[in-house]
Amino acid sequence: MIRDLLKYTIMLVVLVLLQVLLLNNIQFSGYINPYMYVLFILLLPFETPRYLLLLLGFFLGLLVDIFSNTPGFHASATTFLAFLRPYTISLISPRDTIEVNTPPRLKFMGIGWFLRYTLILVLAHHLFLFFVEAFTFNGFIHTLIRSLLSAAFTSILIIISQFLIFKE
Amino acid sequence: MRSLLQFLARHSFVFLFLALEVISLILIVNYNNFQRAKFLNSSNRFTASILETYADFTSYFYLRQQNEELAAVNAQLHTKLKKLEVVEIFSRRDSSIIRDTTYQFIPARIINNSANKQYNYVTLNKGRLDGIEPDMGIVGPHGLVGMVTNVTDHYSSGPSILNKRWRISAKIKKNNYFGSLGWDGSDYQYAQLYEIPFHVELAVGDTITTSGYSSIFPEGILIGIIDEFNHDSGANFYQVKVKLSSNFKTISHVEVVKNNFLEEQKMLENLNSND
Repeated sequence: MIRDLLKYTIMLVVLVLLQVLLLNNIQFSGYINPYMYVLFILLLPFETPRYLLLLLGFFLGLLVDIFSNTPGFHASATTFLAFLRPYTISLISPRDTIEVNTPPRLKFMGIGWFLRYTLILVLAHHLFLFFVEAFTFNGFIHTLIRSLLSAAFTSILIIISQFLIFKE
Repeated sequence: MRSLLQFLARHSFVFLFLALEVISLILIVNYNNFQRAKFLNSSNRFTASILETYADFTSYFYLRQQNEELAAVNAQLHTKLKKLEVVEIFSRRDSSIIRDTTYQFIPARIINNSANKQYNYVTLNKGRLDGIEPDMGIVGPHGLVGMVTNVTDHYSSGPSILNKRWRISAKIKKNNYFGSLGWDGSDYQYAQLYEIPFHVELAVGDTITTSGYSSIFPEGILIGIIDEFNHDSGANFYQVKVKLSSNFKTISHVEVVKNNFLEEQKMLENLNSND
């Protein structure tokens, strides 16, 4: 229990720092901003209480907001992501396939499941974030393309990270 | 009452979600009055110290480039100094030429900066104890950068030109027509100059500088050059696209402009606003 707590705290700090110090400075052709920190919410265990998911999502977004001078933007988007997570899991998982004590990792769930899981949630998060940031539906196509390209890039980063770092 | 509580308990997940979204929304909307959002920004002591350490670390990678830029600025200043020495000799003879001490420059370093958002801000490593106050301009080696809105004892922050909420008064150097300059949120290298009427003669490559009509910046600080301009049918003004002279991806050393007579100017202008 304590070990898990420590593990997830370290993961939170590493992901937030990675986001604010490195990924926030990445911008390809004015369109693509990866937001990989959402990986923290994706990797929380299946048994995590749903209210805790929301609170952690809000807190994670707020942390990123404080560092990037955008109060509320990331907090709202990450809360939305945490809200969709339980529904997404029950949507894409066949009945009774989720075993107790396995975390939602690529290694346990398989590439197909993990890819669908990541794509749906990351896309929802990015759409929400970019539209809240623009705060208007003017330039709808522009914002939509930004969200789609960035979501694709974030998903690629997340999948790669699963093969590199989180494989143990 | 009991059934209401039961209803709330059954859907607690949804209600918690809505509550958190409302809090986020309040944060976002309050943040629109961006001068008032004095909390939760990066001039906050804790986040600023982490960002400063990081900026210290990465600044080594740009030392060579920074040195070259500083040397270039030095050379420019030497040339200006020579010219001023000549002026000074004349001014001793003629007391009607008084040296302008309105503006004073405080050197600072950018420790946090972005160019990829719709509302970009810079954080500087100097604060109130170094003489920095809100409403001071920030100028880089290649021209205008932004202004200070929030100040703590050791740090300060504010919007850069790349912030959709900020407009400044700018003029065309060759004929002194002025308009307002803002950023449309798309490309960090270009800004838009508005309110230039059709009878003004423009050319690609014309220099755009500050107009001096605000109390924040002195007149004649370089902003950029005209990249292209359009004459839309039905519009009353030109669409002017300005290539910014400051590169917001590499900028690091800046100067904060202090207006020594800001209070006095504001007091005088307040007398007019009573009409």
